[in-house]
Order: sequence, then structure tokens, then C-alpha cells
Amino acid sequence: MPPSLETRDLTIRFGGHVAVNAVSCAFHPGELTVIVGPNGAGKTTYFNLISGQLRASSGQVLKDGRDIGRLAPSGRARAGVGRAFQLTNLFPELSVLENIRLAVQARSGVGRQFLRRASGHRELIEQAEGYLAQTRLTEVAHQPASALSHGDQRKLEVALLLAMEPDVFMFDEPTAGMSLDHAPDVLDLIAEIKKDRSRTVLLVEHKMDVVRALADRIIVLHNGTLLADGKPAEVMASDLVREVYLGKRGAA
Amino acid sequence: MARLGIGGWSVRLIVLGIGVALLFAPFLFPGVRAIEVAARICVFIVLVASYDLLIGYTGIVSFAHTMFFGLGAYGVGIALAQHDASWSALILGGAAGVLAALVLAVLIALLSLRVKAIFFAMVTLAVASVALVLASQLSNLTGGEDGVTYSAPDLFSPATALFHDATGRTARFFGVRMDGKIAAYYFIFGGSLVLYLILLRVTVSPLGTVLKAIRENEARAEALGYRVVAYRTFVFGFTAVMAALAGVLYATWLQYTGPDTTLSFEIMVDILLMVVIGGMGTMWGAVIGAAALVMAQYYLRDLMQAASDALAGLPLLPDLLNPDRWLLWLGIVFILLVYFFPAGIAGTLAGRETRK
Ligand SMILES: Nc1ncnc2c1ncn2[C@@H]1O[C@H](COP(=O)(O)OP(=O)(O)OP(=O)(O)O)[C@@H](O)[C@H]1O
Ligand SMILES: [Mg+2]
Repeated sequence: MPPSLETRDLTIRFGGHVAVNAVSCAFHPGELTVIVGPNGAGKTTYFNLISGQLRASSGQVLKDGRDIGRLAPSGRARAGVGRAFQLTNLFPELSVLENIRLAVQARSGVGRQFLRRASGHRELIEQAEGYLAQTRLTEVAHQPASALSHGDQRKLEVALLLAMEPDVFMFDEPTAGMSLDHAPDVLDLIAEIKKDRSRTVLLVEHKMDVVRALADRIIVLHNGTLLADGKPAEVMASDLVREVYLGKRGAA
Repeated sequence: MARLGIGGWSVRLIVLGIGVALLFAPFLFPGVRAIEVAARICVFIVLVASYDLLIGYTGIVSFAHTMFFGLGAYGVGIALAQHDASWSALILGGAAGVLAALVLAVLIALLSLRVKAIFFAMVTLAVASVALVLASQLSNLTGGEDGVTYSAPDLFSPATALFHDATGRTARFFGVRMDGKIAAYYFIFGGSLVLYLILLRVTVSPLGTVLKAIRENEARAEALGYRVVAYRTFVFGFTAVMAALAGVLYATWLQYTGPDTTLSFEIMVDILLMVVIGGMGTMWGAVIGAAALVMAQYYLRDLMQAASDALAGLPLLPDLLNPDRWLLWLGIVFILLVYFFPAGIAGTLAGRETRK
């Protein structure tokens, strides 16, 4: 099967610092790839290059074989690349339902209508309510996003990505800072996405038990470089990865 | 949902009250001055509401709103002054003014909406200054500082009788002469109402939600797939057209167009004050802010004169309330309003009710 997303020699420099260094990697439908690496490895920056928040210094981003590297983030979203953020990134004064409706509406293409009532689009609201139910946010649907607990805000962040219905789902530490009773909800949702074999999932995650439970494949970033790529068991067994991960034992 | 403009009942009641007062203004408040005030309130409601869509809903700061207002007004003014007082001159001149506003707005937006908000505000300030200078320099077209005076179509002439009574003279309803002035007022009222309702509709449309999303978190809106620059360009052009249409109405009403009535930065400051007093991002606030400020500008002096006369003989007070000090008192009223209604009158009232 051809890859749905591919990066070729993707590189970005901040001044002299190379945050992502010639990363070439292909991601296939039906596959969940976990990206691991220590803090500052360049995982978030790699995502930013793919979804367009940052422009690459060199290299390409291909979606279904088409180079999307020059598109604005909105163009990449419309091309089917969806993204949830590590730092919660919502519309704070809008209600939870409106947050989701915005994501649903973006893909339905009615965003340009300015003389029709938004409330007249029942189907969009119903879809939005579906995502709220899925993420168990129905109870807080009419609260402003800023009034939610941290855990619920993380869930809303995930719900926004689900509502985009992209081909490629990118999650950046979706359970970071979540309490233990919330985290399984989110992980179940990600497992659910994976069941649809037409979807490609990229997940940045530190918790090793999560990685083990969900990953079809693991790639390791370190100092912006792709260090390892393979089946979870192989990668986790490799000395190199242990060295990078388990403190600087090798360097000490 | 404190700022969504859905508003509590008290805000709606106030707005409804103002609307009814404006609808029956010629009958409720007879007199030349009162109808002048009512017409100005109608036009400024549209002007402020369109500015609110820009600054309160989308978060774009522009100082060019009076320029667009002026373009519509000068379109009508110049056309009527150079040609006869016909409907076709009014419509063509108005259309030319509105089109000029739209083209200029889209140009400004495309050239500078990508830059930082503060630079955009500066660009609008610069362009508006140029427009003001041009209006006074091109005096054989615009009449320079003096502006242009002209007649509106006959229907709006005070000599026109809308209805005749049994003796063939202009009929009176409830003691008010049904002349062209009444027709003109209802033209302004009806036009303003339609424009305001369109603006109100935009705020509850799918696009309206996108505008709020852009104000709240531009990068996130972009990441969801919305082309933020395109939406910003649209809203800047759309509100420019609305402002220009308000200018068309005002120029038709006043039968005079000059820098002081349409283009000056004093009007820009008035609009800003009205938006802040009424409540940004509420739409209802435009009605409350415009009514409050226009009334204060026209009646505060009279009120102070009356108060000063009533207190004559007392020490100090009559002097403090001397009508010449009205601007000082207006300033004090503003400060108190901003203190007690930090989100504007509509915003603060609605916020209180939803919090209960
Ligand atoms: N916009 C930027 N300007 C300058 N340096 C940046 C920028 N963005 C990221 N960096 C640098 O690039 C490196 C990689 O950062 P990145 O956020 O991608 O790491 P990460 O792997 O996501 O880490 P974490 O696990 O802490 O989220 C860091 O050294 C960071 O300081
Ligand atoms: Mg990160």
C-alpha cells in the first residue's frame, strides 16, 4: 500500500540549531506509529513541519504523493492532515459545542455562508454532539472551553481532531498532565481510530505502557535525527534506544 | 457564553426600547432637533455595529472606518451636487462610493492583513489620513473644508406633501406634518434597520463563528482548515461596504457632506467610544452605545444649563454645571461607565445574567 504521509529529508534550522535533521519516513494507512524521544528531541517540531505551523528549511512533506510542503496550515488540514496540540490550543471563550462545530464546519465547507443561521445546520450540530458524546463532554457542551478542567480541555483537544475527520491523525502527548481516570478514555479513542484501516495515526507518547499497548511501529527521534524505526519489540530491545531513553547512562 | 451577543433579557429590553423610540421618533419627539438626533442615532448604529463586527468579533483594529463611511457619503454628495437631485444620481453616486470603499478595503487587506495587528492598524491610520487630506485638497470636487451642499430627491423635500387632508394641504397625523422630511426619516430608519439586521445575521451565521474563532485563536482556526487571511479580507471588505452604505444614508439625510460630518478622526473616536460603552462583540452594544453617546452630545449641554439654572444662588454648583464644561462631564460619565461596565453596557449586563 502506498504511504498516505511521507517526509523526505525534512530539515529545519533555528539559527545554528538543527531541530529536525533530514528525517525521511513514510506512514501507511492502518498503521499507528508512536514517536518517542527525550525532551527537546524535535518531536513537536517534526509535527509542526508536517502540519504547516513551521516551514521546512529543506525537504518535502508528501500527502498521498502530493507535495504539501508549501501550503499554509489550512491547506494541509484540507488535504487531510489533522493535528492535536501538546499545549492545549482551543477557542477559550467559545462554548465546547461551538469549538467542535467549528471543526465539523471546516470540513463541510459551509464556513463561507454569512447570511444563513448556523443553528439552521442541524446536521453539523448533530455531528458535533456525536463527537462530544464520544469524548464524554456532553455535560459541559455549553460551557466556555476556558471553564473546563485541564483533563476535559485535553479531551476537547482530542475531540477537535476527531471532528476534523482527517486521513492522518497526529496526537502530541494527548494524555500529558491528565489524571489516571481520564487518560484511558483518550487512549480508547485512539485505539478506536486505529480500527479504521484507512487511517494513519502518529502519536507522540512518553508512557511506555501506552506505547506497548497501541504501537504498530515505533520511531525514535534524538537531537532531531531519526535514530531507530521498527516493530515495538525490536526498537525497545535495542541498546541504542535504551541508552537515549534511560538517562545518559552511556554518556556518564 | 458571556460575550456571544446572545444577551440577557435586560439588554434585549433596552435595545427594543431604543428601537421603538426610533420607530416612532417623529411622533414621540416632535421638533427639528429631535429628528436630527434620531436620524444620527440610526446611522451610527449601523456604523458602530459594522465596526463591532470588525473589532469585537474578529479582533481586527482599524482606524479607516470613517474613511469608508466618508466614501459612501461623498459618492452621494458629489453626484447630487454635480447633477440634478434625482434618484438615479443618488443611486449611481452611492454605488460608486460603496464600490470605491470595497476596492480600497480589499487592497488594504491583501497588502497588509498578513502583517502584525499593530502594523495593520497603522496602515489604516495612514490611509485614512491621506483620504482626509485628499478630501480637503480636491476642493473643486469635494468642496474642500466646506464640503458640498445639495438637494436630495424631491420625495425628501420639506415642501413635498406625502398625504393631503380634505382641504388639499399637507395632512397631519398626531399633529405631525406628513412632509418629505418624514419620508426622509423613514428612509434612513428603514435603511439602517435592514443593514443592522444583516449585520446581526452575520454574527449568528457559520461565518460569524469563524470570525469569533479567529479572534480567540487565529492559529487554531488556521489549523482546522480555515484560511484566516481570506476570512479577514472578507470581513474587512464587508464592513467597509456597510460603513459606506451608512454614509450613503447619512449624506441623503443631511443634504450636506463635509469632512466634519463623515471623514474626520473625531468621528472615528466617537465610533470607538460607542463600541466600548455599548460592549464589544455584542452587536446589541452598538444600539446602546450609539444612542447613549449621540444623546449625550446633543442634550448634555441643555441638561447642564437646566441644572445650573435650577441651582442658581447656591455656591460653586451652578458654576460646575456651566454648560461650557460639558466635555468635562462627558469625560467623567465615560470613566464611570467604563468603571461600572467594564465589558460595556450590553456585555456587562448580559454577563451578569448568564452568571446567575
Ligand atoms: N520556534 C522555535 N525557535 C527556536 N527553537 C525552537 C523552536 N521550536 C523548537 N525549537 C527547539 O527545537 C528543539 C526541539 O523542540 P521540540 O519542541 O520539537 O521537542 P520535543 O521533542 O517535542 O520535546 P518535548 O518532549 O519536551 O515536547 C528544542 O531544542 C527547541 O528549543
Ligand atoms: Mg513536544
